[in-house]
Amino acid sequence: MASGATVLMANAMRQFLDFEKSVAELETKIDELRQMSGSEGVNIADEVGRLSEKAEKQLRGIYGKLTPAQKVQVARHAQRPHAQDYIRALITEFTPLAGDRLSAEDKAVVGGVGRFEGQPVVVIGTERGSDLETRLVHNFGMARPEGYRKAQRLVELAARFGLPILTFVDTAGAWPGIDAEQRGQAEAIARSIDVFLNAPVPVIVTVIGEGGSGGAVALGAGDRILMLEHAIYSVISPEACASILWRDPKQAPTAAEALRLTAQDLLELGLIDRIIPEPLGGAQREPAKALETVRKAIAAELPELLGLEPALLRARRREKFLAMGREAVT
Amino acid sequence: MSWMTEYVRPKLRGLLKREVPDNLWSNCAGCGQMVLNKDLERTRKVCPHCGHHMRALVGERLAWTFDDGAFTRIELPKVPVDPLGFRDQKRYTDRLKDARAKTHLDESMAVAHGKIGGHDAVVAVMAFEFMAGTMGAALGEAFLTAARLAVLQKAPLIVFTASGGARMQEGMVSLMQMPRTTIGVQMLREAGVPYIVVLTNPTTGGVTASFAMLGDVQIAEPDALIGFAGPRVIQDTVRETLPEGFQRSEYLLDHGMIDLIASRGELPEVLGRLIGLLNVRNLPVAQAA
Ligand SMILES: [Zn+2]
Repeated sequence: MASGATVLMANAMRQFLDFEKSVAELETKIDELRQMSGSEGVNIADEVGRLSEKAEKQLRGIYGKLTPAQKVQVARHAQRPHAQDYIRALITEFTPLAGDRLSAEDKAVVGGVGRFEGQPVVVIGTERGSDLETRLVHNFGMARPEGYRKAQRLVELAARFGLPILTFVDTAGAWPGIDAEQRGQAEAIARSIDVFLNAPVPVIVTVIGEGGSGGAVALGAGDRILMLEHAIYSVISPEACASILWRDPKQAPTAAEALRLTAQDLLELGLIDRIIPEPLGGAQREPAKALETVRKAIAAELPELLGLEPALLRARRREKFLAMGREAVT
Repeated sequence: MSWMTEYVRPKLRGLLKREVPDNLWSNCAGCGQMVLNKDLERTRKVCPHCGHHMRALVGERLAWTFDDGAFTRIELPKVPVDPLGFRDQKRYTDRLKDARAKTHLDESMAVAHGKIGGHDAVVAVMAFEFMAGTMGAALGEAFLTAARLAVLQKAPLIVFTASGGARMQEGMVSLMQMPRTTIGVQMLREAGVPYIVVLTNPTTGGVTASFAMLGDVQIAEPDALIGFAGPRVIQDTVRETLPEGFQRSEYLLDHGMIDLIASRGELPEVLGRLIGLLNVRNLPVAQAA
């Protein structure tokens, strides 16, 4: 469950991945120059400009051809905006709603009601947390049955009042613990998929980071499935896949390639609907810009869905999933 | 452990005459005792010493379930093979070929219809012997076909599950079978047709977390491993000793996750009775058809 993001250096506040080494070095140099100019009034604007341009060019080169394994690292980057960041940025009047009404409140799943572009909505997301303390609170985004049952309850609430549902998916997967199994993890996920598929209101799913297996699809059965440019969505983590099929966890990059888990692959396979472009260097580099692009993407999808009768909406959602991977069925 | 590995050459083989087949005896994985295969045929592969339910093959399961062992197999739709062009240490297409040669099955689910306790019924059986009963597009399509047939016949669908989880080699196409099979369950529900799940050893992963846990009635064979995450994954994550009987049928029954446990001997009677009780509304129509 490690983040997989190799932090090379954290200059100022930015955490770099191993393949961003050259950019990190340039930006460290830029920071040093800026400090010099601040203290001694030296004019280094030209040099800073030249280095910045060079760093940007390198970022363009790197991010223009990220390998699937590198995308896995970007998708799990600690500084990417997480579900709660999207809720804060995109939802006004947000009112968090807690609990599954059975036994517990699972903070791996966050949700509530609020407004998106003025329209009342129900929002549900898996939240990983952003530092040690919040990661523990949210169990690293790995939900227990209570989390999925809370999601089901929120879908039912949305159905009762005709509110569209936005989900933000970012999880390594469902929590594989003794307690989770004891309380019916499998049933909770199955029922979630069932409840989402049946929702008489629009459901827009956005995979913002890592879409990990059953824990992701539990919030993933929607009318539109959007993915950020460097997000991943996979049936199994490349690490686990490599351990099983290659009998060698070091083959994770090979497995990442073979699994075709990038947004680009999944669009090509017809399994998702839209890729949301990320700022240069990934959503973690310019979170505010990423949040805004996601807002626009959701705003572009929602109006068409809002106009559909519940029965038609459900029928189309079914057709969408039934058609997946079936084009050559005879 | 597959059925094949449960076969052992008995030590006394050398003492027997040449024409005696190798597989005269089996070794029970439950109690370690030797059992005559002839006896296992009679007990439906349940150990006469300890009651251990050995793994059943698709053909056996169908024969045991339908009245007089009579049923009609349904031809299943073909799906695009190897959607990802997957290759690990071996090509996925080669793995499929090997599995087909070894099992004489097309895929990890077979569908048939016939009578159970005198009632029309559609039965879908998962084949653990076929790539560990993993769920890919073919299984999804097989399940949907079974559901459609059940709706058409207004007959109940009974599914026997046995699965190691997702078919990794089909990546996200595999994961998407979770919502796809769930749609099949919804079609049954809307048609008012009973859907009965029989969980057999082992049922894990995406199969458990979709159609296998959505039955109107959830039955399990005794001592079957049933769960979402596999025991080893859980052990590696929590680093605690797993409780006694963890993720076994009896444990699930105690925790409210299934309705009942039925031994293989009781199962046809239980299924026939449940169908008779649940499929009241549609019974006259089914008879007319
Ligand atoms: Zn025994």
